[in-house]
Amino acid sequence: MTAGAQLAADEVSSQGEVEELEGHFESLEQQAQAARLGMWVFLATEVLLFGAAFALFISYQVHYPGAFRQSIEHNAKVLGTVNTGVLLTSSTLVAGAVHALRGGNRRWSSWLLAGTIGLAFVFLGIKATEYAKHFAEGIYPGGAGHFFVEHHERGTAEFWTLYYLMTGLHAVHVTIGIGVLGVLLVKIVRGRIGKLSAHKLEVGAIYWHLVDVIWIFLWPLFYLA
Amino acid sequence: MDFVRAILALPRGASTVADEIDLLHLFVISVTMIMSTFVFAAAAWFTARYHRRHEGQLTERVTASRLHESVVIGALLGLFLLWWLIGYRQYLELRKEPEDAEIVYVDAKQWMWKFAYPDGRTSNDILTVPVGRPVKLVMTSRDVIHSFYVPAFRVKMDVLPGRYTTLWFEAKEPGTFPIWCAEYCGVSHSLMRGEVIALPADEFARWQESGAVAKVESDCGRGPGSCGGEDLVSRGRSVAERRQCVACHTLDGQPHVGPTWSRLYGSERLLTDGRRVIADEAYLTRSMMEPSREVVAGYREVMPVYQGLLSAGETAALVELIRSLRNGPLESSGVALPRIEITNVKDGGGAP
Amino acid sequence: MTTMPLEPSSAMPGSRAASPTYLGVDTTIRSWLLTTDHKRIGVLYLVSMLFALALGGFFAMAVRLEHLSPNTTVMSAMAYNRFFTLHGVIMVWLFLIPSIPSSFGNFLLPIMVGAKDVAFPRLNLLSWYLYMAGSAVVLVSMFVGGIDTGWTFYTPYSTYSPTAIPLALFGVFIIGFSTILTGLNFIVTTHTMRAKGLGWLRMPLFVWSIYATSIIQVLATPVLGMVLIFVVLDNGFSWGFFDASRGGDPVLYQHLFWFYSHPAVYIMVLPGMGVVSEVVTSFSRKNPFSYKAIAYSSIGIAFVGFLTWGHHMFVSGMSRFDAGAFGVLSMLVAVFSAIKVFNWTWTLKKGAIALKTPLLYIFAFLFLFVFGGMTGVAVAAMSLDVHWHDTYFVVAHFHFIMVGGTLTAFVAGLHYWFPKITGKMYSERWGVLSAALVFTGFFATFFPQFLLGNAGMPRRYYTYPPEFQALHLVSTVGSWVLALGMMITLVYLLHAIWWGPPAGPSPWGSRSFEWRTSSPPPQHNFTRTPSFELDPYDYSRPMPEEGE
Repeated sequence: MTAGAQLAADEVSSQGEVEELEGHFESLEQQAQAARLGMWVFLATEVLLFGAAFALFISYQVHYPGAFRQSIEHNAKVLGTVNTGVLLTSSTLVAGAVHALRGGNRRWSSWLLAGTIGLAFVFLGIKATEYAKHFAEGIYPGGAGHFFVEHHERGTAEFWTLYYLMTGLHAVHVTIGIGVLGVLLVKIVRGRIGKLSAHKLEVGAIYWHLVDVIWIFLWPLFYLA
Repeated sequence: MDFVRAILALPRGASTVADEIDLLHLFVISVTMIMSTFVFAAAAWFTARYHRRHEGQLTERVTASRLHESVVIGALLGLFLLWWLIGYRQYLELRKEPEDAEIVYVDAKQWMWKFAYPDGRTSNDILTVPVGRPVKLVMTSRDVIHSFYVPAFRVKMDVLPGRYTTLWFEAKEPGTFPIWCAEYCGVSHSLMRGEVIALPADEFARWQESGAVAKVESDCGRGPGSCGGEDLVSRGRSVAERRQCVACHTLDGQPHVGPTWSRLYGSERLLTDGRRVIADEAYLTRSMMEPSREVVAGYREVMPVYQGLLSAGETAALVELIRSLRNGPLESSGVALPRIEITNVKDGGGAP
Repeated sequence: MTTMPLEPSSAMPGSRAASPTYLGVDTTIRSWLLTTDHKRIGVLYLVSMLFALALGGFFAMAVRLEHLSPNTTVMSAMAYNRFFTLHGVIMVWLFLIPSIPSSFGNFLLPIMVGAKDVAFPRLNLLSWYLYMAGSAVVLVSMFVGGIDTGWTFYTPYSTYSPTAIPLALFGVFIIGFSTILTGLNFIVTTHTMRAKGLGWLRMPLFVWSIYATSIIQVLATPVLGMVLIFVVLDNGFSWGFFDASRGGDPVLYQHLFWFYSHPAVYIMVLPGMGVVSEVVTSFSRKNPFSYKAIAYSSIGIAFVGFLTWGHHMFVSGMSRFDAGAFGVLSMLVAVFSAIKVFNWTWTLKKGAIALKTPLLYIFAFLFLFVFGGMTGVAVAAMSLDVHWHDTYFVVAHFHFIMVGGTLTAFVAGLHYWFPKITGKMYSERWGVLSAALVFTGFFATFFPQFLLGNAGMPRRYYTYPPEFQALHLVSTVGSWVLALGMMITLVYLLHAIWWGPPAGPSPWGSRSFEWRTSSPPPQHNFTRTPSFELDPYDYSRPMPEEGE
């Protein structure tokens, strides 16, 4: 493709933002469509990743209903529910950011996105507090810790091990999400992403929604008896 | 049949199920060989018949008729499902033990098989069984997953830690048949072999009376050399006393912290979660290994776990004791059992 | 030979080649290591995977050598257990799973759908680096203790095994990411980047098979990822997911592992089936007997394949009802493969068949895959599986499919697309000789193993009773013949790369889209894009450019 044709294929917004067409795509629309489908396929892989852990959890819950019930009761319901609210709010904010960017409003979009990231940090903070509390009680993964000396019913160790694994893996994904949204925020602030390339933010937002949805499934499993 | 077995390298069919299984085997393998040959021959025939005569040669556009495809698909599916049906019925037979089977308890560990018989003796790696009577193995593992396999009987079942599995067979001819471990279990996996010795009925009776055992590895829970000459029921009473089972379970029908063992075996139990189960060997073994899974209604979940504390021999002995009480308490219990009064049922009662 | 002068060649007076080939455009190492060209990435994968095949093959030869005599022959039991495990791990994850998709899939998928590249070219390069990184970690683990659990890592043995399990499994985990990204790329490419006028039902069948494979890759591999995490945490940190003494269930591991690993075997065989479709139609110059049957059965295999995992566990103590259900579903999935076999065979009828090396390999495939597939149906007959489970019968069954099926199709594809990828042609005579050696060697290696399994010999056995020695001897000698055939193939193909005669754009006369560009293709695949509204399998009418 000649340079002139390239420039014609790229789009330039009124704010001077250039959305580049990558050489192997036929059109910007195809490029955006591919990005979106790619993210949805990736989401499917994440669902199956956590799905395996959910399968293990459900299997052991059926085996040890009593121990699981007791352990859920022991978990900090309030903190867990607050965290659910935090993530749901963050999802709303990021959806708002996408909407704002599509409308061309980079300022609003940046603030909403920053809010999302802020709430993500709050989530991690609350999670860290919970973990610290559990460690203090002597609950460690693998049935290690003095808590399991008093509570030695079969299934208790499995519950808490799965708790650490699944919420820990989720927290890793929250952290990755912070990174992804952070990069997008910088690009929006610098003007590299704008109305024409809003699909890039949309793709990041879809990932964030997945992180939220996974927590919506983890929350009742580990906190609601 | 023997000729077929020789061609297919199958061992003798020494159990009652072997003949019908080998017939299905023959059916399936013959069709396999015929089909592969047919496909290859068809391809070869077409290649010879429709050889390319010159470059750029054109061909007729030929597509399958719906009928053609449906017939082929239907026929194949029908054939495969027929094999599944026959195989499944045989599989069900393999998994359903006859009621009157002789029981042998099997303990698998790296890298040996330990057998415990109802009459009290134990043996390593050698399993002696009668010809013409069904034998049921109740198996568990001390460490990793093993698999009990006797090719001559066409039977196999994995042996798992933390739970039991069962396998049954009926030898129909006398002989010695290898046992293999069929699940990789470590460096000496291929050395974890044993032998089934199938004896005709009269020889088996003599073997039982003589008390002869190939090798004795005494592990009745009372230390080396203290095993011989005692039937499993008496040993069961000793174990029940030593392990303090009788602190919570009576043998004479009196209610106590845990259910009484009198008339327990074979009875229907109502559990706290509403399920009903029959108290068979499986249930009894589970109750010792994972007591909180199935708590009888009206009792508290206070029984300690005996997984790892009771050996296979001891477990077997306790089960035999409970079985012996299935019609009610015996006249003389022989052992003076301590009675513990129920004082405080809030947290564990009188459990040791 | 049919030539299709679509590309302005250097023979035309006063012209330069319109664009250099993807090989010639830049020959520095840096340009290769930082390439985002799907064709170069395909070649990078091809070369790396051939090394993996050689390494896995070395372990196989060593294992077979040990079996020359019933007791100790050349190595200790511990070494043997590590060798068969590494053979499995390397062959499955470092070779078979990426074999056709990452090499030929990468090279051809965009060309076959009329795209300039895959949807995410940089992600594609990342896939290759992840593959290399994961493979490196697995290789390192070999030197710090290896693993001895078998490629299936069954718990609780894998929890206790004193070998380099965390490291090796971490390597496999990284390769899993590579697989997922490749599958994701192919799915998005097929959906969004097809050329104008190319509907789903006119794509080459190879694309359908890669697409179906990609669905499985994307959905199944994450489950493996999670399972590997479980085992590493159990082995390295005693978290006890599958520890019976802590309330864990070791059989649950098997369910999770096979939920991935059964679909994984379809990842391994479906692309091979795609190669068969291409070679059969090309070399018989004929349309497929039923395009739709072949295309849809690929999707059928992809989905029903997820429902059959329990047939690896008939003797694990699972309930009789569950076992029966898995048995029926296994029979169902077999029908899809059977549909394909009959369609391929009947495609030959009324064709114009040229029996060249690629087609020879396909004939080997037809025989061996049917044999292997039918023995698969046989082990799905549950009472028979009780006898065969964990014996050499199962080993023979899956080698008939993996080697007799996938590897044979891979080699067929290697020969078929060799001129397209390299621009050169190999020696047909050496091709025929090698094919004969490979087929004979394969059959001699693995057919006796069916008999060993019938006789009751379990798998993963270091020693065996003397009466089995004759069969083992035949099998080992067979492995030498198979290895010889493969090595000869490597030699004459390498020779042809440098000294073979140039191949034109379409040496086989095939009408599939990749043959409508030069050999090797230019960097952006087509200089003049052909019409994608033509049927790639229509040999009933002359092409405008063809002589007759």
